[in-house]
Amino acid sequence: MAELSNAAALSPEVLVDIYRRMIRIERNDDAIRKTIRLGRLVMPYYSARGQEVIPSAISSLLNADDKICTIYRGIHDMVAKDMPLRPLWAEIAGRVDGTCKGKGGPMHLTHPETGVMVTTGIVGSSMPIANGLAWAAKLDGSKRVTVAYFGDGASNIGAFHESLNLASVWKLPVIFVCQNNGFAEHTRYENGTSVDFIAKRAIGYGMPGHTVDGNDPLAMYTAAHEAITRARDGEGPTLLECKTFRFLGHVLGDDDKYMTKEEKAAAIEKDPLPAFKAWLIAQGHATEATLAALQAEIEAEIEDAQEFGLASPPPSLDELRRDVFAQEIAA
Amino acid sequence: MSAQKMNALQAVNAALVQAMAEDDKVLVLGEDVADREGGGVTGATAGLSTRFGDDRVKSTPISEQAIIGAAIGAALSGYKPVAEIMLMNFTTVAMDMIFNHAAKLRFMSGGQSTVPITIRTLTGAGWQTAGQHADHLEGWFAHSAGIKVVAPSSPADYKGLLLSCIQDPDPCIFIESAGSLFIPGEVADDQGPIPLGKARIVQEGTDVTIVSWSSQIIRCQQALQPLAEAGISVELVDLRTVSPWDKEAVLASVAKTGRLLVAHEAVRSFGPGAEIASTVAEELFGQLKAPVRRLGAPYSPVPFAKVLEDAYIVSPERVVEAIKGLMV
Ligand SMILES: Cc1ncc(C[n+]2csc(CCOP(=O)(O)OP(=O)(O)O)c2C)c(N)n1
Repeated sequence: MAELSNAAALSPEVLVDIYRRMIRIERNDDAIRKTIRLGRLVMPYYSARGQEVIPSAISSLLNADDKICTIYRGIHDMVAKDMPLRPLWAEIAGRVDGTCKGKGGPMHLTHPETGVMVTTGIVGSSMPIANGLAWAAKLDGSKRVTVAYFGDGASNIGAFHESLNLASVWKLPVIFVCQNNGFAEHTRYENGTSVDFIAKRAIGYGMPGHTVDGNDPLAMYTAAHEAITRARDGEGPTLLECKTFRFLGHVLGDDDKYMTKEEKAAAIEKDPLPAFKAWLIAQGHATEATLAALQAEIEAEIEDAQEFGLASPPPSLDELRRDVFAQEIAA
Repeated sequence: MSAQKMNALQAVNAALVQAMAEDDKVLVLGEDVADREGGGVTGATAGLSTRFGDDRVKSTPISEQAIIGAAIGAALSGYKPVAEIMLMNFTTVAMDMIFNHAAKLRFMSGGQSTVPITIRTLTGAGWQTAGQHADHLEGWFAHSAGIKVVAPSSPADYKGLLLSCIQDPDPCIFIESAGSLFIPGEVADDQGPIPLGKARIVQEGTDVTIVSWSSQIIRCQQALQPLAEAGISVELVDLRTVSPWDKEAVLASVAKTGRLLVAHEAVRSFGPGAEIASTVAEELFGQLKAPVRRLGAPYSPVPFAKVLEDAYIVSPERVVEAIKGLMV
């Protein structure tokens, strides 16, 4: 674990808060996968297991009214942003009590109350919209920031380049967070990306860019703190490249043939969750018992959400024609 | 109430001034739109940044995805952005933002998100700009659930319909068309919003209905006199809004006349005329005195050579000929 550059800001409360978000993501991910395996949920699932640290450290610095735009592999980003789990579960189950009445599903969750403004299934599309949210914050004269989450593959899409350029020219309070898990679908990083570090691309757009160990909560916190502070102070955008690994392939059921068993095993060996837990206890920031109690509380929350979501009825058929426009359409 | 003669561009400018003055949530963005950059290549946004400030009127880089994305994000935060995409063919570069995001966010969010953006864009054959600068793509947009497609023809409609698009809670694409851009018309000083989805009867008649919109209306109007001279009483319906379209007005008119010609500048194959023609055929089959006809551009990109371009456009003469064909 890295040395803290701003140790003073990191109280035991903050550290445990980051851990709380991480374990909430991991337990929730586990529950979703189990429910799919049991045939009780039918959905494509892009697990972010292994990537918990990134949005947890960032979210510990975000306020409720700060915004995020995320992607199909973004349930961890929402959970980290404190999205309530009941409507989340109802949504991924396609039920009426879902955040979107079951009409968005796991790739398109929206929950403005917690700042989850857009979840997109189109690679690279979180960034142009995040710019607009950041622009609005600036026009409002507020200190709100917007985080755009995306993958390493997305940094090769035109929208990435247009968005970084515009954000820089307009000095927008936006943080571009690339969760670089080393693969874009089945394509290994170096086979699709022209630079060895995506953070280098920031230079081309006149903004700071940092490559961070996305599995190190302290390093992530420090980098996020700097970027968020910069954005709130009106100094413009930052690109954070957060190095991580997705433990469960691209999509659930993926056979992982495009990676070696060794590299996968080595990555899982470095699972940030147990490592951070052990560190918290060793440093005296928390006890085994308090963390176990926290976990039990989270598991109860998830169980309740799961039951709620699966018990919620499907939407009625007239929802097909509702919300196409503000006014219900006839045809 | 007094009125002024102005062309469509001036009407657009007047609508933007009025909308921005009335509601400080209205924003304008696009390539070159601020006065520092000349107030837009056509001058449609001239004066706005000087009057309303550089925060509300923002020139952008040449980044169509970023323009529409910024408009969407601002709209999600309560603003009403009017984004200019210089030419309609360039909307294709931003189609993901328009089609996958702006048009669908309300539905996919179960009604939580509202994206009240207006996309102003210009197109139209007749200026020898050829294949990549003149397509009428309203059919693409009309086929995409969640976005309203507005295509005015007269200066008054330009102003009134643009005001409605800006106020509308949903994304609208507002198609400005070269053929109607410089033709002056009366615009009342107090011209307010004109409801979307409501057609305008340009001329009443009893023998045959022509449904058209955008610049094609101008060419249909030029066909009216020869048709009158031939003793044919034409009802010309300006659809104004291609989606949602005014089914009621069209059906009422065809119920009266028993004949229909749909004429548009867009390519005929799979074009919006097919939707209107088949709806009329389904609903009024027993009352039709002749088969429904469509006129549109040939199945080809817009050509450069003047003779080809002239042949590409549905001329008033072809409208006359088609109508006469319906009367036998
Ligand atoms: C524009 C677009 N092209 C292709 C796809 C199909 N696709 C879905 S996920 C994905 C890989 C993206 O990789 P990356 O950006 O690294 O994110 P990760 O999945 O690793 O989190 C692809 C190609 C898509 N959804 N959108």
